[in-house]
Amino acid sequence: MTDQAQPLRVAFVGNPNSGKTALLNKLVAKKAPVGNYPRVTVSVREEKIELDGQPVILHDLPGLYSLNSRTPEEKVARDYLINEHSDVIVNVIDAGNLERSFFLSTQLIELGRPVVYVLNMIDEIERRGAKIDTSTLSQLLGGPIVKTAGRKGTGLDELKKTIIKSAKENQKTTRSFINFDMHVENAVQRVQDLIGELHPANQDVETNRWMAIKLLEGDDEILRQEGEHDHLIEMVRREGVDLANEHGQSCNTVFADARYGFVNSLLEESLPKNDLGSHRQKITHTLDEVFLNRYFGLPIFIGLLWLMFQATFSLGEVPMDWIDTGVGAFGEAVSASLPEGMVHDLVVDGIIAGVGGTIIFLPNIVILFFFMALFSETGYLARAAFLMDRIMHIFGLHGKALIPMVMGFGCNVPAVMAARTIESDRARMITILVNPFMLCAARLPVFILFSGAFFAESAGTVVFAMYMLSIMGAMLGAVILSKFVFRGENEAFVMELPPYRLPTARSIVAHMWDKGMNFLKKIAGIILVGSIVLWFAQEFPQNSVALDKIDQEITTLQQQPESKSRNEAISALELKRGEEHLSGSFLGQISQTVAPVFAPLDFNWKDTVAILTGLVAKEVVVASYAVIYSQGEDESEESASLRTVLASTMTPLVAMAFMVFALFYAPCLATIATIKSETGSWKWAGFSVVFSTMIAYTLAFSVVTIGGMFV
Amino acid sequence: MTLNQLEKGQIATITGIVADEVSQNRLNSMGVIKGKEIKLRNKAPFGDPKIYSLMGYELTLRNQDAKMVMIKTS
Repeated sequence: MTDQAQPLRVAFVGNPNSGKTALLNKLVAKKAPVGNYPRVTVSVREEKIELDGQPVILHDLPGLYSLNSRTPEEKVARDYLINEHSDVIVNVIDAGNLERSFFLSTQLIELGRPVVYVLNMIDEIERRGAKIDTSTLSQLLGGPIVKTAGRKGTGLDELKKTIIKSAKENQKTTRSFINFDMHVENAVQRVQDLIGELHPANQDVETNRWMAIKLLEGDDEILRQEGEHDHLIEMVRREGVDLANEHGQSCNTVFADARYGFVNSLLEESLPKNDLGSHRQKITHTLDEVFLNRYFGLPIFIGLLWLMFQATFSLGEVPMDWIDTGVGAFGEAVSASLPEGMVHDLVVDGIIAGVGGTIIFLPNIVILFFFMALFSETGYLARAAFLMDRIMHIFGLHGKALIPMVMGFGCNVPAVMAARTIESDRARMITILVNPFMLCAARLPVFILFSGAFFAESAGTVVFAMYMLSIMGAMLGAVILSKFVFRGENEAFVMELPPYRLPTARSIVAHMWDKGMNFLKKIAGIILVGSIVLWFAQEFPQNSVALDKIDQEITTLQQQPESKSRNEAISALELKRGEEHLSGSFLGQISQTVAPVFAPLDFNWKDTVAILTGLVAKEVVVASYAVIYSQGEDESEESASLRTVLASTMTPLVAMAFMVFALFYAPCLATIATIKSETGSWKWAGFSVVFSTMIAYTLAFSVVTIGGMFV
Repeated sequence: MTLNQLEKGQIATITGIVADEVSQNRLNSMGVIKGKEIKLRNKAPFGDPKIYSLMGYELTLRNQDAKMVMIKTS
C-alpha cells in the first residue's frame, strides 16, 4: 500500500506522437511545447501534482516504439521504466493506431506493474462510428482502459480517478500472458531455470521469466548486466540459434511475431471492424498530393520558408518601432532623473542601452516561433524532413536534421536541443556542430547594420545573401565533418509520418509564450550581466591624465563664443576623448592584444572589441559598435549616424569580410553551454568554437584576398 | 522481391526482414513484420525516401532500408 505522505510515482509512456505530452499538459494545467512531430519529449519531465489529495509525481517519458530499441532518447525511457520504480504506468495509445501501439503494451505488461491504458484521441475514431469494446480489451490486457481526447481535455477526470485507484489496489498485471509456441516456451523455460539458479535469493519466477525473454530477444542492457555469467550468455546464444533455425527467421523476430499475434487477437475480440484511420488518411492523402508533390513539393517548402522570414521581419517591424520608442523614452526619463555620474552612466549607457538594444527583437522571435509551432503542430515539419532527406543526405546530414536547422534561424540554443530527435550519434553530432552556422535572429541586426552602412542600395539582397551563405556554410561544415571527423555508415531514416492535424490556438499561443519568456529570461540574465560587464570593461581604468587634458580643452572651447567652428572642434574633441578613453580601458587593452590576429583580415582593434563582446551574445556586436563610436544615445541598427561613422572606418570589402566572419565565428556562450550539455562533454563545445572560428577565418580571409584582386 | 521495388499504389505482403539485429528490432517495432500488408503511398522528389502505409499509419523509409524488407505481391 502506498503511504499518504509518500508521493505516488506515475510514468506516462507511449509511442512518439501519441499525444502523451498534450494529455499530461492538460492534466497538470501547464504548457510544455507539443508538436505533431514524433519525439517532442526528449528527456524525462517531472511534474508534481495532487490527485484527490494524494501527492503524485508524474513522469513524462520520451516516446518509444519498443523496449528493445537502442536509440539515445528511447533509452532514457527504457532505462527509467526498468530501473526506477513506478507505482503506476500510464500507457498512452493513439486510438487511431492501435495495432502498432499495442506492440509496446505487450512489453509494458511484462514489467509487472499496474498499467492504465489510455486510448487517446478517441474522438477522432469515434466520430467515424468506430466502437471499441473496452471491457473485453481491459480483460485481455489485464488493466483498466480510459478513453481520452487530450486536445479537448475529455476523459481527464476518469483518468485521474483510475490512476489513483490502480495505485491503491496495486493490481499487478500477470506478466506471463503471451503464450509462445512450444519451441519458444521450452527455450524460455530452460533459460529461466538457469537464471533462477544464478539468482536464487532476490527474484521471483516471473522476473526470471521476463529476464529470459529479454535475453532471448537480444536486450543488450540485460545481456550486459548478466555478462559475468558466461554460462548463461552461451546458453542464450545457443537457444537463439536453435529457435532461428526452427522458425526460419531470427530469434528476435520470432518474439516480435508472437507479440503481434497477441495484438491481432486482441483487436479481433474488441474491435468489430478494423478499418480505422481511413478517413483521417483520406484528408492526409489529399493534402500530401499537394505538399509532397514530386515537382511542387520542394518549391512549396522553400516558398513557405520564404514566407516565414518575410513575415518575421516585416510584421515584426511595427512592434519593434514601438519598443524602440518606449525604450528611448524610458532611457531619457531615467537619464533625466538620475544625477550625473557613474551610476547614471552605468544605468543609461550600460544597462538600458544593452538590454533595450536586444529587447526590440522580441516581436521577431515571437512571430518566428508562431510559424515554427504552426509547421510542427500541423505535421508539415515531418513532411519537410521527408522532402529534404535526399538533398541533406548528399551533405552528410540526416533528413531529420532539417528541423533543428530551420529552428536555427530563430535561435541556436533550442535548435541544438532539437537535434536530440536524431537517432544516430553520428548524424546528431554533425547536426549539433553545424547548427551555429545557421543565421540566428541575434545575428540579424549585425547584417542589417552593415548592409545598410556599406551596401545601402542593395541592403535587402545582401541580407538575403547572408542567409544563403549561412545555409551553404552549414552544408560545407557538414561535408567536412562527415568526411573527416565522423566517418561512418549511412543511418536509417525510419520515421512515422503523422497525419495532418488542425493545431489548437491554445497550444500555438502557449508555444509563442514559452519562447518569448525564454528570450526575456535570457535578456534578464546573460544580456543584462553582459551589458554591465561590457560597460565596466570599457569604462575602466580611466587614463585620467590624458582625459583631463582633453576635458580642459573642451572647457576652454566652451567658454568661447558660440560658433560653427567651435562646435565642430568640441565634437571632434569629444570623439577623441571617447577613443582615448576606450583604448586605455580593459576592453581596449585586451582587444589591442588580440587585434594582430585579425590584422590579415584588415580588422582593426575596434572590430576586435565587437567580435570579442559578441561571444557573450551576438546582439552585443551592434551594441559594442555603438559604444565604441560614441553613439550611446541611439545605438539601434536603424541608426543612420552609426552607419555613417561605420562606413568611414573600413572599405566595403573589409565590411564584407567582417560580415562573413561574424556569421560563422564561435557560437555565443548560451549555445556553447548547450552544445556541452547535449554532447555531454566540453571537448565538443571546444571543438565547435575552434572549428567554426577556423571556417570563419578562412572564409573571411578568402573574401579579403580574392576580393582584393578585383578591387 | 524487396520493398524498395514496389510501385506507387501497389500493395504487397511482407515475407521477412534480412538485416542486422538492430535494424530488425527497429522495423519490427514499427510494425514491419511478416504477413502484414504494405502499400507504397508516395515518393520524395528524387524517389528516395518513400512513404509506405501499413497497419493504418504511414512510415517513411530510405530505399537502402526498404531493401532489407522482403515482399511478395499477389
